[in-house]
Amino acid sequence: MRIWSPIVSSAIAVRDLRKSYDGVEALRGISFEVTAGEVFGLLGPNGAGKTTAVEILEGYRNRDGGDASVLGYDPGDSPRAMRERIGVVLQHSEITPLLTVREAHLLFAGYYAKPRDVDEVLEVVGLMEKRDARVKTLSGGQKRRLDLGIALVGDPELVFLDEPTTGFDPAARRSAWEMILALRSLGKTILLTTHYLDEAQRLADRVAVIRAGRIIRLGTPAELIGDARSIEIRFLKNGEQVVIETKNPTQALNELTAEALATGYELEQLEVRRPTLEDVYLELVDEYDGDVE
Amino acid sequence: MTVLLHQLKFEQRVFWRSREAAVFIFIFPLLLYALLGSIYGDEIDGVPAADVLLAGLFGYGAANTAFGGLAITLVIRREAGILKRLRSTPLPPWTYLATVLLSTLMVFALQAVALLVLGSLAFDASMPANPLGFAGAIVLGVAAFAGLGVGAASLIRSAEGVSAVVNVIVLPMAFLSGSFGPTREFPVFLQAIADVLPLTYFIDIVYGVYLDGESLFADPKALGVLAAWGIAGLAVALKRFTWMPRER
Repeated sequence: MRIWSPIVSSAIAVRDLRKSYDGVEALRGISFEVTAGEVFGLLGPNGAGKTTAVEILEGYRNRDGGDASVLGYDPGDSPRAMRERIGVVLQHSEITPLLTVREAHLLFAGYYAKPRDVDEVLEVVGLMEKRDARVKTLSGGQKRRLDLGIALVGDPELVFLDEPTTGFDPAARRSAWEMILALRSLGKTILLTTHYLDEAQRLADRVAVIRAGRIIRLGTPAELIGDARSIEIRFLKNGEQVVIETKNPTQALNELTAEALATGYELEQLEVRRPTLEDVYLELVDEYDGDVE
Repeated sequence: MTVLLHQLKFEQRVFWRSREAAVFIFIFPLLLYALLGSIYGDEIDGVPAADVLLAGLFGYGAANTAFGGLAITLVIRREAGILKRLRSTPLPPWTYLATVLLSTLMVFALQAVALLVLGSLAFDASMPANPLGFAGAIVLGVAAFAGLGVGAASLIRSAEGVSAVVNVIVLPMAFLSGSFGPTREFPVFLQAIADVLPLTYFIDIVYGVYLDGESLFADPKALGVLAAWGIAGLAVALKRFTWMPRER
């Protein structure tokens, strides 16, 4: 029997986490650690196991196997001391629709030993103007802000955000991102799930790409882009698209342009680009598609 | 304790703000009493009709509030993810359930007082002959029907269907148990069904303390049957109650 000792500064440590529903494996042994103050993204398509992983860490579901530690507690017991220190934004949940926004915050503030000032939280999530509106009258985006406000009212060290911007229009997404980045600058640790690549790239310090219950890549967005693919050089030759992938773009470009100059040929629509996380992700998911079942 | 009072304050605020709940749970029994009180004559079996009906409607109110109202509230909150969200806050789950129960008791106690006031003003109904026993019966009834309500909430799957299911249980039960008038003329098989229903026994107990001035413990069989139903509901709840929506 091995002794498992997660790094002490880890807000979350998970090793070989497993979970099945009715014989279907939702998590097939995932491992990762989230250090305090970090924004960690779980990125993957729907059904990859992101929510299962997060709900185990939030104390909602029991794991079938593996180890997990959240702020030093075993989330399987979901101890009250752990619940004092985490904030949760679920994918689907409601707040009693008959309360006002401010009352809902007051209600939740009453559950915590050291809550934050309610009006301060309303300011942070941008609901000050809506504070006396009934919850049922809020728009989708405003309800999501309310979810976030209620998750923050207990002044948590660790915040779980399960697909915080799904269904948002681009403007709402931008403002949600700003809010999340503001949280990070307050020193909160954040575990974020998303199926939006730009979101992971913009917000997360590190990203675990999860697919069919397994982590298939883990690193900073830059690392994921850097080690997965080479630089692309594109241009048109006789009206046809030519794509060159290379690890040595300087040399490749030099050869290409030298030849073009020598022959008096124009490299039309010449473009040199680094792959985005999206390219890497799609490639990864494709690559692993054949691997499943 | 502080958390309990905090939660109770919000439970009450939410209840009274919900017009559907306030009308369906609180006003409806009063309305029925006003209606039935005007239909029946002066006496039922030599007892003032207003008193007999009032005893029956205390029973209907308890079943409607503690069983029906509680089951509906819990199922709707569960399916909306409200219970799930609460589960990850430091609020202890038992504190939450205790609060919901207390809030229900407050609503029904108030309703019992309102029924008494309506009765004495409109129909010259009696005040409880054994007030302490009457108060005890109210608490007991709420406890037993709340046990059944939580049990039912654990079995009912969808928020859309819960009102219908609850009414299909509560209304016939109230009818058979004599909430809306005497059942002596009912066919034997209906009386046989009534003989196992918890509401029949709760109304017996209420009748004893309210009209006959008996002790709350005068009828051990009635207490036993009522308690057994409550415990059965609680047993189902302990086995099947969940905080998570049944989405999976």
